[in-house]
Amino acid sequence: MTSMHGGRIAIVGAAETDEIGVLPNTSMLQLHAEAGLNALRDAGLTPADVDGVATAGPLALDVAHHLGINPRWADGTMVGGCSFLLHVRHAAAAVAAGAADVVLITHGESGRSRVGAPRWGGANATPAGQFEAPYGAITPYATFTVPALRFLHERGMDREDLARVVVAQREWASKNPRALRRDIVTVDEVLQAPEIAYPFTRDMCCVVTDGGGALVLTSAERAADLPGGSRAVYLLGSGEATESAMVSQMEDPGSFQAFRRSSAEAFRTAGLGHGDVDHLMIYDAFAHLPLYGLEDLGFVGRGESGAFIADGHTIPGGSLPVNTNGGGLAYTHTGMYGMFAILESVRQLRGEAAAQVPDVEVSFVQGVGIFFAASGSLVLSNRGF
Amino acid sequence: MPRPTPETAPYWEAAKAGELRIQKCGACGRHYFYPRPFCRYCASPDVAWVTVSGRARLVSYVINRRPMPGFESVSPVIALVELDEGPRLMTNVVGVEPAPENLPLDLRLRVTFEERGGTVLPVFQPEEESA
Repeated sequence: MTSMHGGRIAIVGAAETDEIGVLPNTSMLQLHAEAGLNALRDAGLTPADVDGVATAGPLALDVAHHLGINPRWADGTMVGGCSFLLHVRHAAAAVAAGAADVVLITHGESGRSRVGAPRWGGANATPAGQFEAPYGAITPYATFTVPALRFLHERGMDREDLARVVVAQREWASKNPRALRRDIVTVDEVLQAPEIAYPFTRDMCCVVTDGGGALVLTSAERAADLPGGSRAVYLLGSGEATESAMVSQMEDPGSFQAFRRSSAEAFRTAGLGHGDVDHLMIYDAFAHLPLYGLEDLGFVGRGESGAFIADGHTIPGGSLPVNTNGGGLAYTHTGMYGMFAILESVRQLRGEAAAQVPDVEVSFVQGVGIFFAASGSLVLSNRGF
Repeated sequence: MPRPTPETAPYWEAAKAGELRIQKCGACGRHYFYPRPFCRYCASPDVAWVTVSGRARLVSYVINRRPMPGFESVSPVIALVELDEGPRLMTNVVGVEPAPENLPLDLRLRVTFEERGGTVLPVFQPEEESA
Protein backbone atom coordinates (compact mmCIF):
# COMPACT_ATOMS: atom_id res chain seq x y z
CA MET A 1 0.00 0.00 0.00
CA THR A 2 1.36 3.37 -1.06
CA SER A 3 0.40 6.92 -0.11
CA MET A 4 -2.63 8.58 -1.69
CA HIS A 5 -0.73 11.88 -1.64
CA GLY A 6 2.75 13.09 -2.42
CA GLY A 7 2.42 12.52 -6.15
CA ARG A 8 1.94 8.75 -6.01
CA ILE A 9 -1.41 9.02 -7.79
CA ALA A 10 -1.83 10.73 -11.16
CA ILE A 11 -4.55 12.20 -13.33
CA VAL A 12 -3.79 10.69 -16.74
CA GLY A 13 -6.95 11.63 -18.60
CA ALA A 14 -8.90 14.87 -18.44
CA ALA A 15 -11.51 16.18 -20.85
CA GLU A 16 -14.77 18.03 -21.24
CA THR A 17 -17.66 17.23 -23.56
CA ASP A 18 -16.98 18.36 -27.14
CA GLU A 19 -19.20 21.35 -26.53
CA ILE A 20 -20.37 23.12 -23.39
CA GLY A 21 -23.07 25.76 -23.17
CA VAL A 22 -26.54 25.13 -24.54
CA LEU A 23 -26.94 21.48 -25.63
CA PRO A 24 -30.65 20.74 -26.04
CA ASN A 25 -30.00 17.49 -27.93
CA THR A 26 -27.91 15.69 -25.32
CA SER A 27 -29.22 13.97 -22.19
CA MET A 28 -27.55 14.16 -18.81
CA LEU A 29 -26.38 10.53 -19.02
CA GLN A 30 -24.93 11.03 -22.49
CA LEU A 31 -22.98 14.07 -21.26
CA HIS A 32 -21.36 11.74 -18.70
CA ALA A 33 -20.60 9.18 -21.38
CA GLU A 34 -19.18 11.65 -23.88
CA ALA A 35 -16.95 13.28 -21.27
CA GLY A 36 -15.88 9.88 -19.94
CA LEU A 37 -14.94 8.53 -23.36
CA ASN A 38 -13.08 11.76 -24.17
CA ALA A 39 -11.09 11.50 -20.94
CA LEU A 40 -10.25 7.83 -21.59
CA ARG A 41 -9.11 8.71 -25.12
CA ASP A 42 -6.98 11.48 -23.65
CA ALA A 43 -5.35 8.88 -21.39
CA GLY A 44 -4.84 6.35 -24.16
CA LEU A 45 -7.23 3.93 -22.41
CA THR A 46 -10.62 2.34 -23.10
CA PRO A 47 -13.58 1.44 -20.87
CA ALA A 48 -12.13 -2.10 -20.63
CA ASP A 49 -9.18 -0.68 -18.68
CA VAL A 50 -11.39 0.93 -16.03
CA ASP A 51 -12.15 -0.91 -12.78
CA GLY A 52 -13.38 1.99 -10.66
CA VAL A 53 -16.13 4.54 -11.32
CA ALA A 54 -17.18 7.60 -9.35
CA THR A 55 -19.85 10.17 -10.05
CA ALA A 56 -22.54 12.37 -8.52
CA GLY A 57 -25.94 13.01 -10.02
CA PRO A 58 -26.78 9.64 -11.53
CA LEU A 59 -25.63 6.56 -9.64
CA ALA A 60 -22.08 5.43 -10.34
CA LEU A 61 -23.51 2.10 -11.48
CA ASP A 62 -25.69 3.87 -14.06
CA VAL A 63 -22.65 5.53 -15.62
CA ALA A 64 -20.57 2.36 -15.39
CA HIS A 65 -23.19 0.21 -17.06
CA HIS A 66 -23.89 2.84 -19.74
CA LEU A 67 -20.19 2.76 -20.66
CA GLY A 68 -19.92 -1.04 -20.48
CA ILE A 69 -17.71 -0.99 -17.40
CA ASN A 70 -17.92 -3.66 -14.67
CA PRO A 71 -16.30 -1.88 -11.74
CA ARG A 72 -14.85 -3.53 -8.66
CA TRP A 73 -14.95 -0.14 -6.91
CA ALA A 74 -17.69 2.52 -7.02
CA ASP A 75 -18.10 5.85 -5.26
CA GLY A 76 -21.33 7.82 -5.32
CA THR A 77 -20.35 10.49 -2.84
CA MET A 78 -22.79 13.35 -3.37
CA VAL A 79 -21.92 16.67 -1.79
CA GLY A 80 -23.13 18.89 -4.63
CA GLY A 81 -20.72 20.84 -6.81
CA CYS A 82 -17.52 19.75 -5.08
CA SER A 83 -18.38 16.03 -5.25
CA PHE A 84 -15.77 15.48 -7.96
CA LEU A 85 -12.98 16.87 -5.80
CA LEU A 86 -13.93 14.34 -3.15
CA HIS A 87 -14.04 11.63 -5.82
CA VAL A 88 -10.44 12.46 -6.77
CA ARG A 89 -9.45 12.15 -3.14
CA HIS A 90 -11.38 8.91 -2.64
CA ALA A 91 -10.10 7.44 -5.91
CA ALA A 92 -6.54 8.24 -4.90
CA ALA A 93 -7.09 6.39 -1.61
CA ALA A 94 -8.60 3.44 -3.48
CA VAL A 95 -5.73 3.19 -5.96
CA ALA A 96 -3.19 3.58 -3.15
CA ALA A 97 -4.90 0.78 -1.21
CA GLY A 98 -5.12 -1.51 -4.21
CA ALA A 99 -8.92 -1.40 -4.33
CA ALA A 100 -8.87 -0.05 -7.89
CA ASP A 101 -6.28 0.40 -10.62
CA VAL A 102 -7.90 2.84 -13.05
CA VAL A 103 -10.72 5.10 -11.88
CA LEU A 104 -13.01 7.09 -14.14
CA ILE A 105 -14.74 10.11 -12.56
CA THR A 106 -17.52 11.66 -14.63
CA HIS A 107 -19.69 14.75 -14.51
CA GLY A 108 -22.54 15.61 -16.86
CA GLU A 109 -25.44 17.91 -16.28
CA SER A 110 -28.17 19.26 -18.48
CA GLY A 111 -28.39 22.21 -16.13
CA ARG A 112 -29.87 24.58 -18.67
CA SER A 113 -31.82 22.40 -21.10
CA ARG A 114 -32.89 19.80 -18.47
CA VAL A 115 -32.72 16.89 -20.95
CA GLY A 116 -32.94 13.57 -19.12
CA ALA A 117 -32.38 15.48 -15.88
CA PRO A 118 -34.07 14.75 -12.56
CA ARG A 119 -36.89 16.99 -11.44
CA TRP A 120 -35.73 20.03 -9.52
CA GLY A 121 -36.80 20.74 -5.98
CA GLY A 122 -36.26 19.41 -2.52
CA ALA A 123 -38.31 17.31 -0.14
CA ASN A 124 -40.47 19.37 2.20
CA ALA A 125 -39.90 17.20 5.28
CA THR A 126 -36.11 17.61 5.41
CA PRO A 127 -34.68 20.21 7.79
CA ALA A 128 -34.00 22.58 4.87
CA GLY A 129 -37.41 21.79 3.38
CA GLN A 130 -39.14 22.69 6.64
CA PHE A 131 -37.06 25.58 7.92
CA GLU A 132 -35.61 27.36 4.86
CA ALA A 133 -37.62 26.63 1.73
CA PRO A 134 -40.94 28.00 3.09
CA TYR A 135 -39.30 31.44 3.16
CA GLY A 136 -38.31 31.32 -0.50
CA ALA A 137 -34.75 30.19 0.27
CA ILE A 138 -34.90 27.58 -2.49
CA THR A 139 -33.03 28.72 -5.58
CA PRO A 140 -29.25 29.07 -5.29
CA TYR A 141 -29.36 32.81 -6.04
CA ALA A 142 -31.70 33.43 -3.11
CA THR A 143 -30.09 31.02 -0.63
CA PHE A 144 -26.34 30.60 -1.21
CA THR A 145 -26.14 34.40 -1.33
CA VAL A 146 -27.83 35.15 2.01
CA PRO A 147 -24.67 35.36 4.18
CA ALA A 148 -22.78 37.68 1.78
CA LEU A 149 -23.93 41.01 3.25
CA ARG A 150 -22.68 39.86 6.65
CA PHE A 151 -19.25 38.98 5.23
CA LEU A 152 -18.98 42.40 3.58
CA HIS A 153 -20.36 44.31 6.58
CA GLU A 154 -17.92 42.73 9.05
CA ARG A 155 -15.01 43.84 6.91
CA GLY A 156 -16.11 47.30 5.84
CA MET A 157 -16.46 46.01 2.29
CA ASP A 158 -19.41 46.52 -0.06
CA ARG A 159 -21.07 45.55 -3.35
CA GLU A 160 -18.19 47.01 -5.33
CA ASP A 161 -16.02 44.21 -3.95
CA LEU A 162 -18.47 41.68 -5.40
CA ALA A 163 -18.37 43.54 -8.72
CA ARG A 164 -14.56 43.51 -8.80
CA VAL A 165 -14.58 39.71 -8.62
CA VAL A 166 -16.62 39.71 -11.83
CA VAL A 167 -14.42 42.32 -13.51
CA ALA A 168 -11.26 40.32 -12.72
CA GLN A 169 -12.64 37.02 -13.99
CA ARG A 170 -13.92 38.53 -17.22
CA GLU A 171 -10.29 39.41 -17.96
CA TRP A 172 -9.66 35.66 -18.09
CA ALA A 173 -12.91 34.80 -19.86
CA SER A 174 -12.18 37.31 -22.61
CA LYS A 175 -9.22 35.10 -23.59
CA ASN A 176 -11.26 31.90 -23.62
CA PRO A 177 -13.34 31.09 -26.74
CA ARG A 178 -15.34 28.43 -24.83
CA ALA A 179 -16.47 30.87 -22.13
CA LEU A 180 -20.15 31.84 -22.29
CA ARG A 181 -19.65 35.43 -21.06
CA ARG A 182 -16.57 36.91 -22.72
CA ASP A 183 -17.12 40.67 -22.56
CA ILE A 184 -14.77 42.79 -20.48
CA VAL A 185 -16.90 44.71 -17.96
CA THR A 186 -16.46 47.59 -15.52
CA VAL A 187 -17.51 47.77 -11.88
CA ASP A 188 -20.31 50.17 -12.82
CA GLU A 189 -21.61 47.87 -15.54
CA VAL A 190 -21.72 44.94 -13.14
CA LEU A 191 -23.54 47.01 -10.51
CA GLN A 192 -26.03 48.28 -13.09
CA ALA A 193 -26.89 44.85 -14.46
CA PRO A 194 -30.39 43.61 -13.56
CA GLU A 195 -30.72 42.78 -9.89
CA ILE A 196 -31.36 39.10 -9.18
CA ALA A 197 -31.26 39.09 -5.38
CA TYR A 198 -29.87 42.24 -3.74
CA PRO A 199 -26.92 42.69 -3.33
CA PHE A 200 -26.33 40.37 -6.32
CA THR A 201 -26.82 41.50 -9.90
CA ARG A 202 -27.00 39.14 -12.88
CA ASP A 203 -23.28 39.34 -13.60
CA MET A 204 -22.47 38.35 -10.00
CA CYS A 205 -24.39 35.09 -10.54
CA CYS A 206 -23.04 32.13 -12.51
CA VAL A 207 -24.05 31.28 -16.04
CA VAL A 208 -26.42 28.30 -16.37
CA THR A 209 -25.24 25.74 -18.93
CA ASP A 210 -25.17 22.14 -20.12
CA GLY A 211 -21.97 20.14 -20.30
CA GLY A 212 -19.75 17.50 -18.81
CA GLY A 213 -16.22 16.61 -17.87
CA ALA A 214 -14.28 13.59 -16.72
CA LEU A 215 -11.00 12.49 -15.20
CA VAL A 216 -9.01 9.25 -15.26
CA LEU A 217 -6.77 8.43 -12.30
CA THR A 218 -4.20 5.72 -11.81
CA SER A 219 -0.91 5.18 -10.01
CA ALA A 220 2.06 7.35 -10.96
CA GLU A 221 3.89 4.12 -11.77
CA ARG A 222 1.29 3.08 -14.33
CA ALA A 223 0.99 6.66 -15.62
CA ALA A 224 4.62 6.56 -16.71
CA ASP A 225 3.79 3.68 -19.10
CA LEU A 226 0.83 5.43 -20.73
CA PRO A 227 1.07 7.38 -24.00
CA GLY A 228 0.09 10.56 -22.19
CA GLY A 229 2.38 9.94 -19.24
CA SER A 230 4.38 13.08 -19.83
CA ARG A 231 1.19 15.11 -19.40
CA ALA A 232 0.28 13.45 -16.08
CA VAL A 233 -0.85 15.66 -13.21
CA TYR A 234 -0.11 14.45 -9.70
CA LEU A 235 -2.09 14.69 -6.49
CA LEU A 236 0.13 16.16 -3.78
CA GLY A 237 -2.48 16.73 -1.07
CA SER A 238 -6.19 16.95 -0.47
CA GLY A 239 -8.87 17.61 2.10
CA GLU A 240 -12.61 17.44 2.53
CA ALA A 241 -15.06 18.76 5.10
CA THR A 242 -18.79 19.16 5.56
CA GLU A 243 -20.82 21.55 7.62
CA SER A 244 -24.58 22.19 7.38
CA ALA A 245 -26.96 21.60 4.50
CA MET A 246 -28.77 24.71 5.76
CA VAL A 247 -27.18 28.08 5.08
CA SER A 248 -28.88 29.43 8.21
CA GLN A 249 -27.04 26.94 10.41
CA MET A 250 -23.48 27.87 9.39
CA GLU A 251 -21.25 28.19 12.41
CA ASP A 252 -20.23 31.68 11.22
CA PRO A 253 -21.98 33.34 8.26
CA GLY A 254 -18.92 35.52 7.69
CA SER A 255 -16.50 32.61 7.18
CA PHE A 256 -16.95 29.08 5.90
CA GLN A 257 -15.70 26.57 8.46
CA ALA A 258 -15.50 23.73 5.91
CA PHE A 259 -13.30 25.83 3.58
CA ARG A 260 -10.91 26.40 6.47
CA ARG A 261 -10.75 22.75 7.51
CA SER A 262 -10.46 21.07 4.11
CA SER A 263 -7.90 23.54 2.75
CA ALA A 264 -5.76 23.21 5.89
CA GLU A 265 -5.72 19.44 5.46
CA ALA A 266 -4.80 19.80 1.78
CA PHE A 267 -1.85 22.04 2.59
CA ARG A 268 -0.77 19.78 5.44
CA THR A 269 -0.92 16.57 3.40
CA ALA A 270 0.89 18.22 0.48
CA GLY A 271 3.56 19.57 2.79
CA LEU A 272 3.34 22.89 0.99
CA GLY A 273 2.49 26.47 1.94
CA HIS A 274 0.54 29.25 0.29
CA GLY A 275 3.69 30.69 -1.28
CA ASP A 276 4.19 27.45 -3.22
CA VAL A 277 0.88 27.84 -5.08
CA ASP A 278 1.16 29.26 -8.61
CA HIS A 279 -2.49 29.02 -9.65
CA LEU A 280 -5.79 28.91 -7.78
CA MET A 281 -9.30 27.83 -8.67
CA ILE A 282 -12.08 28.79 -6.25
CA TYR A 283 -15.55 27.49 -7.06
CA ASP A 284 -17.55 30.61 -7.87
CA ALA A 285 -21.25 30.01 -8.29
CA PHE A 286 -21.64 33.58 -7.01
CA ALA A 287 -19.24 36.49 -6.66
CA HIS A 288 -18.89 36.29 -2.88
CA LEU A 289 -17.23 32.85 -2.99
CA PRO A 290 -13.79 33.92 -4.22
CA LEU A 291 -13.76 36.48 -1.38
CA TYR A 292 -14.61 33.84 1.23
CA GLY A 293 -12.15 31.48 -0.43
CA LEU A 294 -9.15 33.80 -0.53
CA GLU A 295 -9.60 34.53 3.18
CA ASP A 296 -10.72 31.13 4.49
CA LEU A 297 -7.94 29.33 2.60
CA GLY A 298 -5.46 31.80 4.09
CA PHE A 299 -4.11 33.31 0.88
CA VAL A 300 -4.89 36.74 2.34
CA GLY A 301 -5.72 37.97 5.83
CA ARG A 302 -9.20 38.70 7.12
CA GLY A 303 -10.73 41.63 5.28
CA GLU A 304 -7.99 41.74 2.62
CA SER A 305 -9.72 39.79 -0.15
CA GLY A 306 -11.38 42.79 -1.81
CA ALA A 307 -8.21 44.86 -1.95
CA PHE A 308 -6.21 41.85 -3.18
CA ILE A 309 -8.51 41.55 -6.19
CA ALA A 310 -8.77 45.33 -6.71
CA ASP A 311 -4.96 45.51 -6.81
CA GLY A 312 -4.86 43.09 -9.74
CA HIS A 313 -3.25 40.09 -8.08
CA THR A 314 -5.74 37.60 -9.53
CA ILE A 315 -5.89 38.78 -13.18
CA PRO A 316 -3.58 37.89 -16.09
CA GLY A 317 -0.05 38.87 -15.08
CA GLY A 318 -0.97 38.98 -11.38
CA SER A 319 0.87 37.27 -8.54
CA LEU A 320 -1.88 34.67 -7.96
CA PRO A 321 -4.01 33.94 -11.05
CA VAL A 322 -7.50 32.89 -9.91
CA ASN A 323 -10.28 31.22 -11.90
CA THR A 324 -8.38 31.40 -15.15
CA ASN A 325 -11.11 29.82 -17.28
CA GLY A 326 -13.41 32.69 -16.34
CA GLY A 327 -14.98 30.63 -13.56
CA GLY A 328 -18.57 29.67 -13.02
CA LEU A 329 -19.40 33.34 -13.36
CA ALA A 330 -18.26 33.46 -16.99
CA TYR A 331 -16.97 30.13 -18.35
CA THR A 332 -19.65 27.55 -17.62
CA HIS A 333 -21.77 26.34 -14.72
CA THR A 334 -23.83 23.21 -15.27
CA GLY A 335 -25.03 23.04 -11.66
CA MET A 336 -22.16 21.06 -10.13
CA TYR A 337 -19.24 23.07 -11.44
CA GLY A 338 -16.39 21.46 -9.50
CA MET A 339 -15.32 19.17 -12.34
CA PHE A 340 -14.62 22.21 -14.53
CA ALA A 341 -12.47 23.81 -11.83
CA ILE A 342 -10.33 20.64 -11.65
CA LEU A 343 -10.12 20.44 -15.46
CA GLU A 344 -8.86 24.04 -15.74
CA SER A 345 -6.24 23.28 -13.13
CA VAL A 346 -5.13 20.22 -15.14
CA ARG A 347 -4.97 22.28 -18.36
CA GLN A 348 -2.85 24.94 -16.66
CA LEU A 349 -0.47 22.30 -15.29
CA ARG A 350 -0.21 20.67 -18.71
CA GLY A 351 0.39 24.03 -20.38
CA GLU A 352 -2.74 23.60 -22.50
CA ALA A 353 -5.08 26.29 -21.14
CA ALA A 354 -6.85 28.84 -23.34
CA ALA A 355 -5.46 31.60 -21.14
CA GLN A 356 -2.22 29.93 -20.10
CA VAL A 357 -0.36 31.18 -17.03
CA PRO A 358 3.42 30.86 -17.49
CA ASP A 359 5.32 28.28 -15.42
CA VAL A 360 2.51 26.77 -13.34
CA GLU A 361 3.91 23.95 -11.21
CA VAL A 362 1.45 23.84 -8.30
CA SER A 363 -2.27 24.49 -8.59
CA PHE A 364 -4.79 24.57 -5.75
CA VAL A 365 -8.42 23.69 -6.49
CA GLN A 366 -11.09 24.66 -3.97
CA GLY A 367 -14.64 23.40 -4.30
CA VAL A 368 -17.87 24.10 -2.47
CA GLY A 369 -21.10 22.11 -2.51
CA ILE A 370 -24.81 22.31 -1.63
CA PHE A 371 -24.42 25.99 -0.86
CA PHE A 372 -22.22 26.30 2.26
CA ALA A 373 -22.51 22.60 3.13
CA ALA A 374 -19.39 20.91 1.82
CA SER A 375 -15.83 21.65 0.80
CA GLY A 376 -13.18 19.79 -1.17
CA SER A 377 -9.58 20.87 -1.72
CA LEU A 378 -6.90 19.48 -4.04
CA VAL A 379 -3.24 20.34 -4.45
CA LEU A 380 -2.13 19.30 -7.93
CA SER A 381 1.22 19.50 -9.68
CA ASN A 382 2.92 18.58 -12.92
CA ARG A 383 5.89 17.36 -10.90
CA GLY A 384 5.77 14.13 -8.92
CA PHE A 385 7.85 15.55 -6.02
CA MET B 1 -44.88 24.28 2.50
CA PRO B 2 -43.19 22.45 5.36
CA ARG B 3 -44.19 18.90 6.19
CA PRO B 4 -43.49 18.35 9.92
CA THR B 5 -41.88 15.19 11.22
CA PRO B 6 -42.67 13.77 14.68
CA GLU B 7 -39.56 15.52 16.00
CA THR B 8 -40.45 18.95 14.62
CA ALA B 9 -44.24 18.93 15.00
CA PRO B 10 -44.25 20.86 18.34
CA TYR B 11 -42.49 23.78 16.61
CA TRP B 12 -45.16 24.03 13.93
CA GLU B 13 -48.02 23.48 16.39
CA ALA B 14 -46.67 26.31 18.54
CA ALA B 15 -46.45 28.59 15.50
CA LYS B 16 -50.12 27.91 14.80
CA ALA B 17 -50.84 29.08 18.36
CA GLY B 18 -48.76 32.24 17.80
CA GLU B 19 -45.76 31.14 19.83
CA LEU B 20 -42.12 30.69 18.91
CA ARG B 21 -41.04 27.54 20.74
CA ILE B 22 -37.62 25.97 20.38
CA GLN B 23 -35.64 23.53 22.48
CA LYS B 24 -33.26 24.13 25.38
CA CYS B 25 -30.78 21.64 26.79
CA GLY B 26 -31.04 20.81 30.47
CA ALA B 27 -27.45 19.59 30.59
CA CYS B 28 -25.51 22.44 28.97
CA GLY B 29 -28.18 25.11 29.22
CA ARG B 30 -28.08 26.19 25.59
CA HIS B 31 -31.01 26.86 23.28
CA TYR B 32 -30.70 25.21 19.88
CA PHE B 33 -32.37 25.03 16.48
CA TYR B 34 -33.70 23.22 14.43
CA PRO B 35 -35.69 20.76 16.54
CA ARG B 36 -34.36 17.31 17.40
CA PRO B 37 -34.79 15.18 20.53
CA PHE B 38 -31.20 15.63 21.75
CA CYS B 39 -28.93 18.62 22.25
CA ARG B 40 -27.19 19.86 19.13
CA TYR B 41 -24.14 20.84 21.22
CA CYS B 42 -23.68 18.08 23.82
CA ALA B 43 -25.99 15.27 22.55
CA SER B 44 -27.85 15.14 25.88
CA PRO B 45 -31.43 13.80 25.62
CA ASP B 46 -32.37 16.05 28.57
CA VAL B 47 -34.04 18.72 26.45
CA ALA B 48 -37.25 20.73 26.83
CA TRP B 49 -39.45 22.90 24.61
CA VAL B 50 -39.50 26.52 25.75
CA THR B 51 -41.21 29.64 24.46
CA VAL B 52 -38.56 32.21 23.59
CA SER B 53 -38.71 36.01 23.62
CA GLY B 54 -39.23 36.35 19.89
CA ARG B 55 -36.63 39.10 19.83
CA ALA B 56 -33.84 38.86 17.29
CA ARG B 57 -31.34 40.84 15.21
CA LEU B 58 -30.87 40.91 11.46
CA VAL B 59 -27.66 39.04 10.61
CA SER B 60 -27.82 39.05 6.80
CA TYR B 61 -30.31 38.96 3.95
CA VAL B 62 -31.05 39.15 0.25
CA ILE B 63 -33.95 40.89 -1.47
CA ASN B 64 -35.10 38.31 -3.98
CA ARG B 65 -36.14 39.91 -7.29
CA ARG B 66 -36.86 36.54 -8.97
CA PRO B 67 -39.26 34.72 -6.64
CA MET B 68 -40.25 31.14 -7.36
CA PRO B 69 -43.86 30.52 -8.43
CA GLY B 70 -46.05 30.83 -5.35
CA PHE B 71 -43.79 33.33 -3.62
CA GLU B 72 -44.73 36.44 -5.63
CA SER B 73 -47.00 37.88 -2.96
CA VAL B 74 -44.84 37.31 0.14
CA SER B 75 -41.91 39.35 1.43
CA PRO B 76 -38.86 39.09 -0.86
CA VAL B 77 -36.55 39.71 2.09
CA ILE B 78 -34.97 36.31 2.77
CA ALA B 79 -33.18 36.85 6.02
CA LEU B 80 -30.84 35.16 8.46
CA VAL B 81 -31.72 36.30 11.99
CA GLU B 82 -30.23 35.53 15.39
CA LEU B 83 -32.59 35.05 18.30
CA ASP B 84 -31.64 36.77 21.57
CA GLU B 85 -31.39 33.23 22.97
CA GLY B 86 -28.63 32.40 20.47
CA PRO B 87 -29.89 30.21 17.63
CA ARG B 88 -30.02 31.55 14.08
CA LEU B 89 -32.77 30.80 11.62
CA MET B 90 -33.90 31.61 8.10
CA THR B 91 -37.03 33.75 7.83
CA ASN B 92 -38.65 36.65 6.01
CA VAL B 93 -38.61 40.22 7.23
CA VAL B 94 -42.10 41.71 6.89
CA GLY B 95 -43.80 44.99 7.72
CA VAL B 96 -41.20 47.13 5.99
CA GLU B 97 -40.67 48.31 2.42
CA PRO B 98 -38.08 45.84 1.03
CA ALA B 99 -35.21 48.24 0.37
CA PRO B 100 -31.61 48.17 1.64
CA GLU B 101 -32.00 51.54 3.43
CA ASN B 102 -34.73 50.03 5.62
CA LEU B 103 -32.71 46.95 6.45
CA PRO B 104 -29.44 47.85 8.19
CA LEU B 105 -27.64 44.81 9.53
CA ASP B 106 -28.18 44.20 13.26
CA LEU B 107 -31.65 45.80 13.02
CA ARG B 108 -33.72 44.75 16.03
CA LEU B 109 -36.60 42.44 15.09
CA ARG B 110 -39.59 40.82 16.76
CA VAL B 111 -41.36 37.64 15.72
CA THR B 112 -44.81 37.70 14.16
CA PHE B 113 -46.75 35.01 12.35
CA GLU B 114 -48.10 34.71 8.81
CA GLU B 115 -50.52 32.13 7.53
CA ARG B 116 -49.45 30.79 4.16
CA GLY B 117 -51.13 27.89 2.42
CA GLY B 118 -52.57 26.35 5.56
CA THR B 119 -49.34 26.63 7.54
CA VAL B 120 -48.37 29.35 10.02
CA LEU B 121 -44.80 30.56 9.57
CA PRO B 122 -42.78 32.56 12.09
CA VAL B 123 -41.57 35.73 10.36
CA PHE B 124 -39.95 38.87 11.77
CA GLN B 125 -40.68 42.60 11.67
CA PRO B 126 -38.68 45.59 12.84
CA GLU B 127 -39.18 46.19 16.54
CA GLU B 128 -41.17 49.35 17.26
CA GLU B 129 -39.15 52.21 18.74
CA SER B 130 -41.12 52.57 21.95
CA ALA B 131 -41.97 48.93 22.52
